[in-house]
Amino acid sequence: MGQTIAQKIFAAHLRDEPFPGTYVLDLDRVLCHEITTPVAIADLEWRGKDRVFDPLKIKAVIDHVTPAKDSKTAIQGKILREWAKRHDIPDFFDIGQNGVCHAIFPEKGFIRPGYTVIMGDSHTCTHGAFGAFAAGVGTTDLEVGILKGVCAFRKPESILVNITGTLGEHVYSKDVILHIIHLLGVNGATDHVIEFRGPVVDALSMDARMTLSNMAIEAGGTCGICLPDQVTVDYLWPFISDEYASKAAALADFQKWHSDADAEYARVLDVDVTDLEPQVTYDYKPDCVKPARQMAGTPVDQIYIGTCTNGRLEDLRQAADILKGRKLAPNVRGILSPASPKIFREAMDEGILGVFMDAGFCVTNPTCGACLGMSCGVLAPGESCAATSNRNFQGRMGQGGMVYLMSPSTAAASGIKGTITDPRDL
Amino acid sequence: MKRAFGGPAIFLDRSDINTDEIIPARYLTEVTKDALKPFLLEDLKLDGFDPAGEALRKAKVIVTRKNFGCGSSREHAPWSLEVNDIYTVIAESYARIFRQNMFNCGMLAIELTAADIDRILALSENGEVEIDVDLQKHQVKASVGASIEVFKFEISPFDQALVEAGGWVEFADQRY
Repeated sequence: MGQTIAQKIFAAHLRDEPFPGTYVLDLDRVLCHEITTPVAIADLEWRGKDRVFDPLKIKAVIDHVTPAKDSKTAIQGKILREWAKRHDIPDFFDIGQNGVCHAIFPEKGFIRPGYTVIMGDSHTCTHGAFGAFAAGVGTTDLEVGILKGVCAFRKPESILVNITGTLGEHVYSKDVILHIIHLLGVNGATDHVIEFRGPVVDALSMDARMTLSNMAIEAGGTCGICLPDQVTVDYLWPFISDEYASKAAALADFQKWHSDADAEYARVLDVDVTDLEPQVTYDYKPDCVKPARQMAGTPVDQIYIGTCTNGRLEDLRQAADILKGRKLAPNVRGILSPASPKIFREAMDEGILGVFMDAGFCVTNPTCGACLGMSCGVLAPGESCAATSNRNFQGRMGQGGMVYLMSPSTAAASGIKGTITDPRDL
Repeated sequence: MKRAFGGPAIFLDRSDINTDEIIPARYLTEVTKDALKPFLLEDLKLDGFDPAGEALRKAKVIVTRKNFGCGSSREHAPWSLEVNDIYTVIAESYARIFRQNMFNCGMLAIELTAADIDRILALSENGEVEIDVDLQKHQVKASVGASIEVFKFEISPFDQALVEAGGWVEFADQRY
């Protein structure tokens, strides 16, 4: 019987099977940020076990609230900063070098095909775009990961989502994943890995694949995984060129992780995207999704472009294409938060930041802040936001606030009109 | 640490209650579990539910529907239950990370069928439901006065071992 990519990664990392159906895996990466890690650090100190399993496999960043907005967030940053220093963790990213965890860690080349990755952050599934098994965990799993380099999982059953057809004008991977979540439901993939395949995925850039994988958790998925291919090799080449004689050799090696033709799936979902339109969420669950045209005319107070879902360069380019030569509607506030300093700089060099600023956007430093209503764009009660983020939960961006999820292109179009707008209707 | 499971129950009759509703992100700047105590379920909008009410203050068990604890991975969600002495949740199903966080903290995330949850809800119409949990027999007893319903539940040997060990750190520290 063939194996899925997830099963192959599990087999290659299995440390222990303490009970039937429980797999304790060795970890290649334990990623940390300042919200969920400090309590793990404090607990390790309290237990007299303030150690790390491998400082080179641990990567840390201050990203959720940065620069610190008050004393409490300053203390969280301080705890992470001092911990990284005393354990000689070289890859710790502080002010000036910091960005949204799921943007900055991949762009540093930290995530490779076949890796096992955990982080105390539900959107860790993003890193599955590289053909890694990457799962969000809580602080206790993170703590054990930091101390022992292991994490326990149930048997990795997979759902194969086969994406075919041709993406229409102004239809992007964000629209595709919103549609897939709509089809699966918010718990349709619970305890499952979602394996994204098909010609549409093959043609997506790494930026676009990360958008796809990022929202696997919104269907309950443990990880959203893409098979590593030439696109993956090209992205990682600056980091792996010492390890392989050629790109062809890297590609051949990565293919060992590919799911076998006779691998078994719990479910196969075929999605033809040819007729898919730009999508927008309504209500308070990310599976409440419909075409943007059906939401047309819904007023928005704020546009938020950024986050681990859609704050990468390709996303910014797509929004800038819409914004170029145009202005935000009166009474609409625009916030752009490029997801990393590298993206910020490239967007600056390409003139993209200028396009946003000419349209009336405020450009913030890279941070998660507004997405979860912590800083840099919190909504007032009764306000609404067209956002490129991943959660439209009630009050997510501020108590009493409403969030509509959409692609950067649709968010930009909505900013220009001041109401939810299909970018094809501008 | 061994815990006593069970006690008076509060019924949250909705599916997909997410961790933002259990503990809003604005409290994630706290670095101690105890600081979360006053804010449990503060943002949950549900008919008849008052986050500052007597029913939640007395509760030791939450009974709810599908996909409880979806969304953010924040372990602050089970911690906000823990510091309010709620060590048991009974639901039709859970989001994976929340469920694992519960067991990792040595707490119980029990799954019952929709029909069983309906029967507990029906009981609750006669008064305050008291829950008893027998972890060895994998049995939940729900009672209101002399009216008693008994349900069997399944728990994986690993999750049971975590609860008995007092959590994943204790378990992993002995073994790895």
